[in-house]
Amino acid sequence: MAEPDETSEAEASGGARLSSPEGSGTFWSRLVLPRALREELVAHCLRAWPLEGCGLLAGEAASGVAWRCYPTRNAAGSARLYTVDPLDHLRADRDAQAQGFEVIGVFHSHTHTDAYPSPTDVAQAPDPAWHYVLVSLRGELPSVRSYRILDGAVSEELLVEQA
Amino acid sequence: MTVEVRLPTLLRPAASGAAAVSVEGDTVGEVLHALVAAHPALAGQVLTEDGSLHRFVNVYLNDDDVRYLDRLDTKVVSGDVLSILPAVAGGAA
Repeated sequence: MAEPDETSEAEASGGARLSSPEGSGTFWSRLVLPRALREELVAHCLRAWPLEGCGLLAGEAASGVAWRCYPTRNAAGSARLYTVDPLDHLRADRDAQAQGFEVIGVFHSHTHTDAYPSPTDVAQAPDPAWHYVLVSLRGELPSVRSYRILDGAVSEELLVEQA
Repeated sequence: MTVEVRLPTLLRPAASGAAAVSVEGDTVGEVLHALVAAHPALAGQVLTEDGSLHRFVNVYLNDDDVRYLDRLDTKVVSGDVLSILPAVAGGAA
């Protein structure tokens, strides 16, 4: 898998514009998701159906590139809630760090609603630096979208899929 | 006992950017209180005001979630690794 050309891609992508936490202007936000990872996380959510499926994404925080997908158990065991299994989280975090990556986001499915963060998602979002990937299984085809959640404010970001 | 405490990225700025710090204590609770004493910016992030484990974090002693051990009373020995990670949850409800 080739490393993406950061500079040219960032300039060409036109990512979602977010207010910076310091209020000092704007920055561009995006998640680069290789197609194989997209397929892996969607497959995990389909397997978990009718319960919500969840997992973690690891990669490079600075560039917003995901290189690993870690499907995890949903400790909530619910069709309307998810909790990333704490031990699966620990294992994913260690594996990512051993490969020089870090956990940069979480994905989960909404089985009957759109791919948009719910009030529960926003209230429990732990890290403003993370990418929040939503998979909606409501329609005929799964829909995947990515968000940032800063101080309770949701902003969709550009999801760049690459081969 | 000297324990290595590994911090999640979210909490590192509160510990001068460190990914891991060495902390003294004989139990998980003592280690976490000493951690907060050494890095006051962590107050309220790991332990609640009444001194219990915050529900927004998971704490692991080596490979075990301390909630399934003796929680804050869990004994530690030198060389143990205490990892802190955010609890990750949400959902459509």
